[in-house]
Amino acid sequence: MDNEMPPQPAAEGCGHNETRRNFLKQSSLLTALALAPGPILKAAEAELDETVAAAFEKVPLKLDVNGKKYKLSVEPRTTLLDLLREQLHLTGTKKGCDYGQCGACTVHVDGKRVNSCLTLAVMQDGKKVTTIEGLADGDKLHPMQEAFLKHDGFQCGYCTPGQIMSAVACIREGHADSEGEIKEYMSGNICRCGAYPNIVAAIQEVKSGGQKV
Amino acid sequence: MKEQLLQDGKAVGDRLSRVDGRLKVTGAAKYSAEYELPGLVHGVLVGSTVAKGRITSIDTKAAERAPGVLAVITHLNSPKVPGFAAKSNPDEPPTIGQPLRVFYDEKIYFNDQPIALVVADTLERARYAARLVKTQYAAEQHRTNFEANKSRAFLPTQAKRNPKSAQNDYTRGQADGYQNAPVKLEAEYVHESEMHNPMELQSIIAHWEAPDRLTVYDKVQAVKGTQRAFAKDWGLPEDHVKVIATFVGGAFGNGLHNWPHETAAIIGAKVTNRPVKVVLTREQMFTMVGYRPKTWQRIQMGATKDGKLVGISHESVGQTSTYEEFTESTVQQTRMMYAAPNVSTRYRILGLDISTPIWMRGPGEATGAFALESAIDEMAHLIGMDPLEFRLRNHTDTDPEKNKPWSTKYLKECFQAGADRIGWNKRQLKPGALREGDWLVGYGMGVGTFGANRGSAKARAALLADGSVVLQSATTDIGPGTGTAMVQIASDALGLPTDKIRFELGNSLFPQAPSQGGSSTVNTVGSAVNDACLALKKKLQELGGTSFANVQPEQLTLTGGQLGLKANGGPRMSFADLRKANNGQDIEVTIESKPDGSTRQNYSMYSFSVHFAEVKVHTMTGEVRVTKMVSCADAGTIVNQKTAGSQMIGGAIGGIGMALTEGAVMDDRFGRYVTKDLADYHVPVHADAPPVEVFFVNKPDTLVDPLGTKGIGEIAIIGVAPAITNAIFNATGKRIRELPITPDKVLLA
Repeated sequence: MDNEMPPQPAAEGCGHNETRRNFLKQSSLLTALALAPGPILKAAEAELDETVAAAFEKVPLKLDVNGKKYKLSVEPRTTLLDLLREQLHLTGTKKGCDYGQCGACTVHVDGKRVNSCLTLAVMQDGKKVTTIEGLADGDKLHPMQEAFLKHDGFQCGYCTPGQIMSAVACIREGHADSEGEIKEYMSGNICRCGAYPNIVAAIQEVKSGGQKV
Repeated sequence: MKEQLLQDGKAVGDRLSRVDGRLKVTGAAKYSAEYELPGLVHGVLVGSTVAKGRITSIDTKAAERAPGVLAVITHLNSPKVPGFAAKSNPDEPPTIGQPLRVFYDEKIYFNDQPIALVVADTLERARYAARLVKTQYAAEQHRTNFEANKSRAFLPTQAKRNPKSAQNDYTRGQADGYQNAPVKLEAEYVHESEMHNPMELQSIIAHWEAPDRLTVYDKVQAVKGTQRAFAKDWGLPEDHVKVIATFVGGAFGNGLHNWPHETAAIIGAKVTNRPVKVVLTREQMFTMVGYRPKTWQRIQMGATKDGKLVGISHESVGQTSTYEEFTESTVQQTRMMYAAPNVSTRYRILGLDISTPIWMRGPGEATGAFALESAIDEMAHLIGMDPLEFRLRNHTDTDPEKNKPWSTKYLKECFQAGADRIGWNKRQLKPGALREGDWLVGYGMGVGTFGANRGSAKARAALLADGSVVLQSATTDIGPGTGTAMVQIASDALGLPTDKIRFELGNSLFPQAPSQGGSSTVNTVGSAVNDACLALKKKLQELGGTSFANVQPEQLTLTGGQLGLKANGGPRMSFADLRKANNGQDIEVTIESKPDGSTRQNYSMYSFSVHFAEVKVHTMTGEVRVTKMVSCADAGTIVNQKTAGSQMIGGAIGGIGMALTEGAVMDDRFGRYVTKDLADYHVPVHADAPPVEVFFVNKPDTLVDPLGTKGIGEIAIIGVAPAITNAIFNATGKRIRELPITPDKVLLA
């Protein structure tokens, strides 16, 4: 995607507005620290921990999430999932395992489904992320959301955002031509309530309805 | 359209889509970890790495120094929880013993027991710092091996103390009378521990809003029970503790107990004076929040050659921890399902150095039905009889345990409907007779039952200025669609369209309701909602004055923003005028609804189910595919065909997991599970789920409650596992009595 995104004000309440230059400056500080004699480091340990951490822990990141542009600075170890949930407060994307085993955290990155718990936020610089909150067209639900309602494709609702994001991608990928194919390509999304047959029915209806997903 | 529906028929029985469905499909439904609170910080738990012993040292310096860390709490510095000391010998049903007192002392009772909580300003920093806590132990020899310790099993204390406890040994007729039968069998059945593994990780946000005011956003099945527990822990009046569980991302029973991580978060919030969020990891879901306990069972059964049961003896040993006595009704179905004159049951528990189990969907009964319904199938095979016919010959029209009539029992209708739908006539008496290429095909069935329980609950109903009605009760919804069912019940009781009714739950400020468990929510809370609506209508009638005085309440309607009559013409009074008559206040009532004790004394009340499975077993690989299931339920009135059907489907798929894939594997050398995530512990996925056809008898049982409901959640899974194992036998001739039936077991059998 476009790395030359025009400068934008940071989205409201979305962290610091740090630049790459700033980061480099801090990196130099770290280099200097690394070369400093041991005792100096030790003496200043308590304060330095925070300084060093602050330098290490913030990397600038531009993201488009559900059409909204964010300029953020995040720790490199922050997953896309935790960024969405804990910092952007987009809690529709769910955490079910943190290992890419359950699919509850499925989002679209540049149109492709991704387990957001398995991808670091900083790897998505300049990319376009769509979460369940961005699927509907304003008040008008996406056909897949409508189909899930109609076919009762959920019970507790926790895996549902991931199932729906995966289901949309499943059709877009051309992997929804038969019940068997849908089941295979949806098997990365676990539903412990066991709504599977209803989910498959919902996907089949959307697929056969021919609406654009 | 809804107005039309009301005139044509009732909302109960309709296929109304979930009233909270839109929130769930748009990601707007808020689960317990998803509340934004100012100053919220994150807690990460450190678990023990030995299964038994003492902590000899715990070094938290590095963790405390790590960036962003606000506190590292261990038994060495934790504030004392006032209630812990008082609980030195508690006797609180349903479990006896001491719920683990987190950070109380240096003792270790199980591997991955929480021993420290690291609180930091971000999740990443808390997670990192948690890895810096260094602990040393004086480890003691642990006992985690079930088989090696089975002889230590004992009668639960509650049974010893109370001769009337259902956990005591039971005999009717002659003890072990099966021995006198011409055809006898004896078989042992085992299943490994199963983890609930709801998709939502167990989560809590604990917030001390004042030094004596606690609010928790918590993944629980009982907001009132949790309120009581934490109030007691902290020596607070109950109304100083608020519990919010508006949405619960599945639970299947593991929200029926309060767990150490909840108290850890509350301690963390106390120490840091900030709201603390603790979200368990998936690994911790295996060790800290209960499980269906590993259970050994033996069935001894005797029958005549023409298919009459002479006797059944059923013995069971279930696992528990060393600090709590967890019990469940494993042998109950054996006592009441069949007309056997001689029945003996014996239930024991075995304390191991593993955390405490908790009821998991179809608790006890699902375990017991696996043994009983497998043995029934084995006996039918021994005498050369169709297992459906064998069950019919031992059908009983009264409860042989309590010698009381059933309130209702339509199990035979379920048999017929299920047999027709699965194509039971294709089943061959001789195993291994049906083949499709490399696949052997078989059919099996299993029966389930669960008590049709009803408790007491309160509900509030209020008519608002906009003409809508809001109902409140402190129940929860872990997935069945409680709010949807309540709105339908209220719609009929009020004569008001469903879209004008809102039901609110999951908040301890609401009127008392029990936990969502034991398939009793609609029976209990539905009855309260019904009664509250009738009381509201009565109040409106009173406010309506003389023109409504002689009208039967069921003739009243609330459509069109006014109180009126079903029949055309007659008096009308607008809600605005009714409010005026009520001094301009919201018109509201709060009522308590209780079951009729004497009716419950006179009848035996159960829901019944039967599950039919068609399986294919690969001759070369041993792979088992369930290709079709039919689940039939006698569950009384079905309030919502759509959501109830989903519950049945979900139970059937859960049962496939129990039968074929789910089992925790313990490494006894370390007393630690090998299976600790969803890649090792296999719950069914899309590819495992066959079409599931659901049939409801849908006949009301008004002895259970005025709505005629009996409960669905448990019977949806009870009997599923034996239906599948019996089908595998029918396909292959191999009788496998250890769950889960993985391909290796099929090949080696």
